[in-house]
Amino acid sequence: MDRAVAIDVSHLSKSYDGHRAVTDVSFQVYVGEIFGLLGPNGAGKSTTLRTLITLLSPTSGRASIFGLDSLHDADRVRRLIGYVPQERAIDRFLTGREHLELLAALYHLPKGAAGPRIAELLKLVELDAHADRPAKTYSGGMKRKLDIACGLLPDPKVLFLDEPTLGLDVQSRLKIWDYVRLLKARGMTIVMTTNYLDEADQLCDRIAIIDAGVIKTIGSPVELKVGLGGDIVSLTIKETEKVPSLDLALKGQPAIKAVRAMPKGLDIRVESAEKALPIILESANRLGCTVEFIQYNRPRLDDVFLAHTGRRLEAVEREVTS
Amino acid sequence: MSEYWQEISALTMRWVRRLSREKFSMLFTLVQPMLFWLIFFGNLFQRAADSQVTQAPNYISFLAAGVVVMTVLNNGLAGGVDLLFDKENGFLERLMSTPIHRTSVILSRFIFVMTITSLQVLVILGVAFLFGVHPATGLLGIAAILMIGMMFGVGLTAISMAMAFSVKSHGDFFSVLGFLSLPMIFLSSALVPLTAMPAWMSFMAKFNPMTWAIDAVRPLILASWSEALPHVAMVVLVMVVFDAICLYGGAKAFRRAMG
Repeated sequence: MDRAVAIDVSHLSKSYDGHRAVTDVSFQVYVGEIFGLLGPNGAGKSTTLRTLITLLSPTSGRASIFGLDSLHDADRVRRLIGYVPQERAIDRFLTGREHLELLAALYHLPKGAAGPRIAELLKLVELDAHADRPAKTYSGGMKRKLDIACGLLPDPKVLFLDEPTLGLDVQSRLKIWDYVRLLKARGMTIVMTTNYLDEADQLCDRIAIIDAGVIKTIGSPVELKVGLGGDIVSLTIKETEKVPSLDLALKGQPAIKAVRAMPKGLDIRVESAEKALPIILESANRLGCTVEFIQYNRPRLDDVFLAHTGRRLEAVEREVTS
Repeated sequence: MSEYWQEISALTMRWVRRLSREKFSMLFTLVQPMLFWLIFFGNLFQRAADSQVTQAPNYISFLAAGVVVMTVLNNGLAGGVDLLFDKENGFLERLMSTPIHRTSVILSRFIFVMTITSLQVLVILGVAFLFGVHPATGLLGIAAILMIGMMFGVGLTAISMAMAFSVKSHGDFFSVLGFLSLPMIFLSSALVPLTAMPAWMSFMAKFNPMTWAIDAVRPLILASWSEALPHVAMVVLVMVVFDAICLYGGAKAFRRAMG
């Protein structure tokens, strides 16, 4: 079945000062889905998003939102979208209500329509009791809720969320996820960036894994995991110096699809654990490796990320922060 | 058109609200350090300044025009600061993702800065009045002073906004600001008439638009319409060119910053 396309990105590239932030990115977002751009910091997620919301013009390629070009029909695109920026884009001196009143004027809502709409949104994000306090008195979670209310004010056809739960505590995170699901249930199309695997896994209908400005793969979390083929056996061995020889011994064995050396052992992708386990244990035994720990998993999204980018997302994040 | 006005008035109201919430800032903005120039500097140099040189009854009446234009200078050069913070915390992006006319954000800032500056100029003229400086050209002269202030302020605010959109960090912005403002004052006729300056300084001061503004405001306060009019005509001409250059540069910086 062909699904209606909300966003069509085709061969999009963007360079700043000679640095290519995004290279030849193409994807489609369907009407009514939650689409996630997953990748580490600096992967090009925000650049892609900001092109879609008309804040950046592509160096080459194009993006269209409901058939409108993000560059040439920018003004009409802006009337269809809501945006929740990554930074807490809050004016600390204005109250929550004043933020929404300002945006209501910028979206040209008539005064009569603005009042009820603002009241409804404040209630939705549970800020009605705090609406008339300056935003500088808000907690991180409350600021985020206000951000989301601002994004929703124009009743957009597409809502763009840039790292919606970055730096939030667990409770606020789950709350934000609830809102996002609620909006989807109301038929809204949602595009979000995230560098949290669990967020992408649990919230998004489809995700694009993006790394170093390039889309590595696109699909639903389940599809991507199944696409890896088979389960993963993680092996920790005592004699870590023997990891390379065990790696070599297992490669090419029947029932074993791929082997990846890790610092303390191996991640082995297998067709079926039942067939592969005896082979693995036998090889380890033969080479004199003491198996300290063995674990068998269905592939996780992290494994998908690893398979497509050659690194673990958490490891990339650590590199970036250190 | 009505949509455009809705945007501009909402954005201008935001600046007004912010100012009203920053009580201290409001106090310091309205009862500005500029007043200290007038009150302290003006009285301090009362006897040190030679009235033969200043061609004014006393130093404070000579200085009044300089302080008026210094107020315009400082407000104008600082006019982009709030946009700089908006740019840094993402608020500007939020505004730009809405279907507003791109110029609304800038225009609202101009309106706000010009209004505040005009109010301050009136406060300064009021305080000068208390020290016995009575504008020779009356209310119409005060209106002319405000007009000159606004014409100068537009260009300065444009420079400030261009800087706000171009700089990488606000540290850069404030260093440039600090670097610009004092030489602009010293290399102008704000504190001393050009005739009393060393030749090289008075030569450089002639290229400072601030000098032209002061030289028009001063006779409006001290002398008469007939003496002021040629200077006023001249400053209008200078400011049209100055504003055109600044607005062109500002528009370019804005367009570049907006991708």
